[in-house]
Amino acid sequence: MKGWTGRILSIDLSQESSVTLNPQPDCYASCIGGRGMAGYFLRPRAAASWDSPDMPLLFFTGPLVGTPAPTSGRMTIMSRSPLTGTACDTSVGGRFGTELKRAGFDGIVITGTAARPVGIVIKDSHVEIVDASSLRGARVSEVIRRAGDKAAIAAIGSAADAGCLFASIAVDGHFFSGRGGLGLVMAGKNLRFITVRGSGRVDIHDHEELARAREEILRLVAASPILSGEFGFSEFGTGALYDLTGARRLMPTDNFTKTVFERAADMNAWHYKKKYESKKRGCYGCSILCKKVGREGETMPEFETMSHFSALLGNDTIETVIAANRICNETGMDTISAAVTLACYAEIEGVTLTPADILRLLEDIAASRGEGEILKLGARRYADYRGRPQAAMTVKDLELPAYDPRGAYGMALAYAVATRGGCHLRSYPIAHEILRKPVATDRFEFAGKARIVAITEDIHAAADCLTACRFVFFAATLEEYAHAFQAVTGTETTAQDLIRVGERTVYRERVMNAMNGFTAKDDDLPDRFFTQPGSSGGGIDIPPINRAAFLEARRAYYLIRGLDENGMPTESKTRELGIDRERA
Amino acid sequence: MERILAKYERKLIDQGLCDPGGILFGAIDAAVTWNRFPPETEVLERIIQRMETAAILLARPAEPYASILDLLAASAASSGAIHPEDCEMRTFIHDIPVAPDLSVEEVLPRLKRRKAVIIPNRGILAHGTVTAEQAFVYYSSVCFSTFVKFFVDVGYAALRGKALSNEEVRVLHTALARYRDFTNAISAIPSRVGPFRDLSDALEAMVEAGRLTVETRMVDSYFGNISYRLGDTILISQTGSSLDELAGLIDICPMDGSSTAALTASSELPAHRAVYESRRVSAILHGHPKFCVIMSMICGAEDCAHRGACHVKCDQRRFIRDIPIVPGEVGGGPTGLYRTLPRVMSGRGAIVWGHGLFTTGTADFREAFNHCIDIERMCISEYERLVSRVR
Repeated sequence: MKGWTGRILSIDLSQESSVTLNPQPDCYASCIGGRGMAGYFLRPRAAASWDSPDMPLLFFTGPLVGTPAPTSGRMTIMSRSPLTGTACDTSVGGRFGTELKRAGFDGIVITGTAARPVGIVIKDSHVEIVDASSLRGARVSEVIRRAGDKAAIAAIGSAADAGCLFASIAVDGHFFSGRGGLGLVMAGKNLRFITVRGSGRVDIHDHEELARAREEILRLVAASPILSGEFGFSEFGTGALYDLTGARRLMPTDNFTKTVFERAADMNAWHYKKKYESKKRGCYGCSILCKKVGREGETMPEFETMSHFSALLGNDTIETVIAANRICNETGMDTISAAVTLACYAEIEGVTLTPADILRLLEDIAASRGEGEILKLGARRYADYRGRPQAAMTVKDLELPAYDPRGAYGMALAYAVATRGGCHLRSYPIAHEILRKPVATDRFEFAGKARIVAITEDIHAAADCLTACRFVFFAATLEEYAHAFQAVTGTETTAQDLIRVGERTVYRERVMNAMNGFTAKDDDLPDRFFTQPGSSGGGIDIPPINRAAFLEARRAYYLIRGLDENGMPTESKTRELGIDRERA
Repeated sequence: MERILAKYERKLIDQGLCDPGGILFGAIDAAVTWNRFPPETEVLERIIQRMETAAILLARPAEPYASILDLLAASAASSGAIHPEDCEMRTFIHDIPVAPDLSVEEVLPRLKRRKAVIIPNRGILAHGTVTAEQAFVYYSSVCFSTFVKFFVDVGYAALRGKALSNEEVRVLHTALARYRDFTNAISAIPSRVGPFRDLSDALEAMVEAGRLTVETRMVDSYFGNISYRLGDTILISQTGSSLDELAGLIDICPMDGSSTAALTASSELPAHRAVYESRRVSAILHGHPKFCVIMSMICGAEDCAHRGACHVKCDQRRFIRDIPIVPGEVGGGPTGLYRTLPRVMSGRGAIVWGHGLFTTGTADFREAFNHCIDIERMCISEYERLVSRVR
C-alpha cells in the first residue's frame, strides 16, 4: 500500500497487551483514514457507555499524514463523548499523527481499563505500557516534562482526573483535542499519556505528481487573504476573526444575550500580538502556521477562547484571557465549554464575573471543588441543576462556539444538525456567510443553506479522513486534494469521490447517534435564539431567528441527507452508502 | 432560487458571455429549480443526481467565445483538456476537460474532476459546489481563459511564422475587430472628482468606478479589485466581490494594521498597500483587460531558461511601449506580485504577467480608469501589429 501503512495498533489496557490489525483494502477505500476510519472502528461499540472498558478511544491518521501534502500533519481522536453522549471526534495538530505514521501505524484503537494509572510508549513497532501512578492529578506540562522524551505526546491533565465532562487531550503541549470531553474517556481508561516516535517513511506512489499537487495547493494558500493576507491566520492566528465577528455584530456577549461587545476593539488580535510579541507556530509540515506562541512560550488563545473569555463573560482584560487559557490548557479543559459554562453560571447568579472570579472558578472546576463540582458537568447539567435550563447555550449538551447564530443562519442550521453537538467546524458556514469563501452567501437567508450545510459537512469530513486541516479549504478545494491523494496512494480519485467518503462518514455518525437515542428534537437551538433579538445597529439588524424558516431548512437538510422526517437514518440510505456492510 | 438564477442569467448576457434564451441554469437545494426546461434538462438532472453540487449551468457562449471554444476543443482532442496559462486558470481551475458530447457517460467523470467542462458545439457546462454564483464564475473564467489562450497561441504563431487554418484566421480577424470596436467605443468615465475627504464620497466613487470597469468589460466575473487611500486608511473591495456590486462590500483597513476586521479585504491588499506606501497616489484600479493579459504572455525570448515559469521567474525588463510587465502571483506569498509591482508603478500603470493591469490616480478614479482603457487600446493596437501579416 502507498500512503497507508496497512497496520492498526490495537491496545487492550485491561490485559496490558497489544496486537496489530490489518484492515481489508475495502475498509481503506470506503473510510480513507482519520475520522472515517475512527468512526468505522467506533460504530460496533458506539452504544456502550463512555466509561465502559469496551468503549474504544481511537487515534487515527490519514494517507496524507507524513507526506509533503500541505497541512496534513493532523489526526483524529474519537470516542463517545461523556458530555454529549454522541459520537465525538476531534481533529488535532502537532507531531503525533506524523510520528505515528512513521512508527508504522495508521491508527491506534485503545480499549479496556488499566488497573493503575499508565502511559503508553510507542517507539516504532515496540509498544510498552508503563506505570504512571505518580502523574495522577498532574498538570499537562508536568506530564509532558516527565513523559515526553522528545517524542510526540498526547496527555491529559488534572481536570480529567477530577471528572470534568469537558476535559481535553493535549497534544505536544500546544494543540488540543478540546471538544466533547475525550480527555475524560482517556482518564476513564486510567491512561495518562501516550508518546510515540517513529523512524520510518511513508511510501508515496508518485513524488512528482505530489509535488505538482502541492504547488497547486500552496499557490491557493498564498492567494488567500484569510490564510496568508496581512490580517490573516498566518499573521494573527484564528484571532484574526475577532474584529470581524464584532464588526458583523455576531459576537456572543453576556451569555448570548447580546451580539456586540463594546470593549472588543481593545481586546483584538493586534493587541495580543503587540503585547505578547507572539511568534508563528504550526502543525508539522504546515506553511500557514496559525498557532501563536508568546515570547515566554505561552500558547496564545484561539479565536473562540479570545471571544468567549472576553465578550461572553464581560471581561475586558487581555491578561485574564491569557490566564484563563493557561489554566484550561494546563489542567486540560475545553476553553469553549468552560467559558460558556461560566457564562451560564453568571447569568443564573445575576453577576458579572470579575477576573479573579473567572480564574478561581476555572481552578475549582479542574479540581472539582466548591461550585466546580457542578460546573465541571457543563452548562446544560449546571442549568438543569439550578432549575434554569434555558440559560444553557448548548446543542446536544455541547456548549456553543463564538458565532451567534442570529447573525449567520447557515451557522444556525449547522449548529443544530452537527453530529457532535453545537459545533462550528462540521460545516463552518462562516466561510461563506462571513469570510466570502468560496463565494459569499446571504447570512440572513435560509434559502439554499440546507444543501450548502450538507455538502460542506461532507467536504470537511473528507478533509478529516485524509487528514488535512480544514482551514486550508478557505483557499484550496477537494479538487486539489484529490490530486494529492491520488499522487500519494495511486488510487484514481476525484473530488466527488472524496465527498462521497465524507457523506458516508457523516451518515455513519448519524447512525451511531440514532443508536443512542438522538432524534430531531436534539437537532435544535436554545429557545433564546428564536425569541430574543441580538444587538442591532450600524445598519445591521439582528432579529430573532424565524423558527418556521429554521424548521423548513432543517426539513430540507434531512431530505438532502437521506434522513427521515425525525432525523433518523433510513435503511435505504444506509445501504446505498455501504454502511450496512461494515464489519470492524 | 429563481431570483438568484435570474440574476446570473442577466449577468451572463450583460457581460456579452451568452446570448439571451440559450442559458440553462439549475440551482439545487432540497429540489432542483431550473430557469427553463429544454431537452438537455433531463441529462443535467441525471448528472447532478450523481454528484454533490449546488448548481449547474449549461450554455453556448456568445461569439466570439463559441468559435474560439470549438477551435481549442478540436485542437485538444488528443490530450482531452485545454490548458490555458493565465493567472485565473493556473490558480483556480487548472485545466478544462473536453467531453465529446453531452451525455452522462462523457460529462460526469470529467465534471467530477473539474469545475467546468467544454462540450464542442454545445458550450460550457459548469457547476458550483456551494452556490449558483460559483457556476457563473467558472463559466465566465472559462470564457476569459479560452479567449486569452486563443489570442496568445495565434500571437506566437505569428511570431514564429506558423500557418493558421482558415477558420483560425477568420476567428482572429472577426473577434479582434469586434473587440477593438467595442473598446474604441467606450466613452464612459467616472463622474466623481477627487480628492475625496469624506468616507462616503470615497465609497461612492469606488462603487461607480467598479461598476464602469465591469460595464466596459475591463474585468470578468468577480476578479479585479479597487482601492482608495483616505488618510491613514485604505478602502479596498472585499475578496470575491463583483466590481459592479461593491456597495457595502468595501473594507476599511487601517494603515497601521491595528484592526483585522479587513480580513475579508481583497487578496491584493498587500500590493495596494505597497503602492500607497511608495507612490503619491490616491486611487488604484486593478482590472483584467484581455489584451493587456494577452500581450503580457507573448514574449520573443524563445530560448529563455524561465519559459514555462514566466509568471514567477521572468527576470527580463519587459515593456509594452511605456507599460512594464512584471511577474508575480496573487496574494501575499513568496512570489506574490506585491513584491514586484510597486517598484514599477511610477507611470500610467503596470501589467502583471498573465494576470491583469494596475493603474493609479493621484486624486480619483478618473485618471486610473482612463489609463486602463487607453492601455488596453494600446495593447490591442500592438497585437494587431503583431498579427498584421496573418492572413
